Amino acid sequence: MAGALRISPTLFGMMRAVASFALMVGVAASGPASADLIGDAEAGERHFDDCIGCHQIGKGAEDGIGPHLNGIFGRRAAAHDDFPYSESMQRAGVDGLTWSLETLDAYIENPRALVSKTRMSYPGLENDQARADLLAYLRRFSDNPANIPEAAPTAIGTDHSVDPDILAIQGDPEYGEYLSSECVSCHKIDGTADGIPSITRWPEQDFVVAMHAYKEKLRPHPVMQMMAGRLSNEEIAALAAYFKDPD
Amino acid sequence: MTLNRRKFIAVGTAAAASLSSPVVLAQGAGRPRVVVIGGGSGGATAARYIAKDSDGAIDVTLVEPSRSYFTCYFSNLYIGGFTDLEDISHTYGTLAAKYGINVVHDWATDVDRDAKTVRLAGGDALPYDKLILSPGIDFVEGAVPGWSTAQQNRMPHAYKAGSQSELLKAQVMAMPEGGRFAMVAPPNPYRCPPGPYERVSMVAHVLKQTNPTAKILIVDPKPKFSKQALFEEGWRTHYSGMIERIGPDFGGENTSVDPDAMTIDIDGMVEQVDVCNVIPAQKAGRIADMAGVTEGNWAPVNASDMSSTVDADVYVLGDSAAQGDMPKSGFAANSQAKVCAMAVRGALTDSRVFPAKFTNTCWSLIAEDDGVKVGATYEATEAKIAKVDGFISQTGEDAATRKATYEESLGWYSGITTDMFS
Repeated sequence: MAGALRISPTLFGMMRAVASFALMVGVAASGPASADLIGDAEAGERHFDDCIGCHQIGKGAEDGIGPHLNGIFGRRAAAHDDFPYSESMQRAGVDGLTWSLETLDAYIENPRALVSKTRMSYPGLENDQARADLLAYLRRFSDNPANIPEAAPTAIGTDHSVDPDILAIQGDPEYGEYLSSECVSCHKIDGTADGIPSITRWPEQDFVVAMHAYKEKLRPHPVMQMMAGRLSNEEIAALAAYFKDPD
Repeated sequence: MTLNRRKFIAVGTAAAASLSSPVVLAQGAGRPRVVVIGGGSGGATAARYIAKDSDGAIDVTLVEPSRSYFTCYFSNLYIGGFTDLEDISHTYGTLAAKYGINVVHDWATDVDRDAKTVRLAGGDALPYDKLILSPGIDFVEGAVPGWSTAQQNRMPHAYKAGSQSELLKAQVMAMPEGGRFAMVAPPNPYRCPPGPYERVSMVAHVLKQTNPTAKILIVDPKPKFSKQALFEEGWRTHYSGMIERIGPDFGGENTSVDPDAMTIDIDGMVEQVDVCNVIPAQKAGRIADMAGVTEGNWAPVNASDMSSTVDADVYVLGDSAAQGDMPKSGFAANSQAKVCAMAVRGALTDSRVFPAKFTNTCWSLIAEDDGVKVGATYEATEAKIAKVDGFISQTGEDAATRKATYEESLGWYSGITTDMFS
């Protein structure tokens, strides 16, 4: 009976051929995200000059002030065992943040939107095309072709930054105090953090961009995605206003 | 907690200030009075928020018979050896000292809704303007034939934490080698939907170390249960061959027990066991019944403010309330308490009231560093508290995610108990 279950070498070969054909079709259907289609990698290399003080990339690249960026696409955040990532970055990694075209794009646009207390002292790159070019350059140093989950190239140039009108909303701290009663079931108001991060005394803008990143599901934590998902722009502003100085 | 001289003087001054104000108020109408019955996740939270947010403008009395309160959540972790009983024990001193709540350690024995008074076992009557009931659960008599509260030491429920948890743990530790632990699981709805299955996981965790040939039998009247795929996956991974569950398709809903003989009769099949954890069907804490606000086993409430559908001056929180989609959990009671506290404060003082929002998350521990969670957000509709959105841990998650989930649950425990008691 065991013989009936065994797959003949020929059949196995055929199955493999079918599988890889299916993979190719699948890739074509979802849009191949090769480096060239993301942006202009040559232009991106020039933008990388701003990064090179901390990040190495290419043959022989090692961790320096920042981690090396070979194979960054598809890598989980804070994945290099020996690199001293910030606590925020480590938490993001545990929460499931994985570097894809979309998450890298959002991170480079405004690092703190994705990782509030990242050690990366980089102000962010607002220009959509410049980011696309930089990502195209970075993409060259990740496995290729690979079935790395990433958004179709059309996603590039998507503006993840929070609308200035939203950032300008003056939060109502009294409303924020009421809303905060939901947060403090888990987050401690005195700012101590064991297993659950502190959310008190943040700069308002950091608070707002972080919450919008959860709302957009760029940040991975399922509880926070759910909580942020139903908060209006005014409510997020109210919470930011309250938690800035809860005393 | 130590008081240094400076702090003592500061506290003394604050006390003097608050002592002087009621005298002034007494010349007028007097402060509005809120009585809260039950000092758990719903009651302690409601009392604390009303006292804190009204800055002493409302007179809050909390009636709770226990001086030490053991949270039901994390009592399974005590059984599993992950926490001490003292770590899940809380007292009410801070609520009295810091917020001026009048903490009365007594049983509420009756409510006169016409006279608006609560009768205490000690004989006193407490007048109220608004009454908040958060008495947790009681068991439905005769729900498991053969079992009664009189037999709870032979067959513990351990579904109100404290001495019962200690007893059940001691019985598990004393099981003979290769012995048998049985659980009679409750029908829906009941407190803490994943609780029985987390308990089985924790008992298995202990037995795996101390008594690895022991077996666990779950007799369940429900066809399915909370986080089932996650628990069953965990049981296969960590406790292979140890746990057996008999659902309603094999007689799990037709079960009786004989505490003297230590047997369970499952639809005519009699099983001899060494420990039997009977978790009977549940109903609202008895005082809700005596107050006349229950319909059937539970007390129906309006979702917008947790007020009883039969009396606008009575509110029901947590396990006792029939509110709609939220599970009966400590997290849910804490969430409902904040909505209720705001509504009560708004009704009794001239303060702002905001729309109701509810949340719940339940973490469960399957094995060491293997935590899972389920949660949802809710809104108030005309008919009920209705689910808006939710999530659940996935099967096959990596060890780092599960460990982080467990650590998050520790953070939550610290957070919610701070939110209730300090």
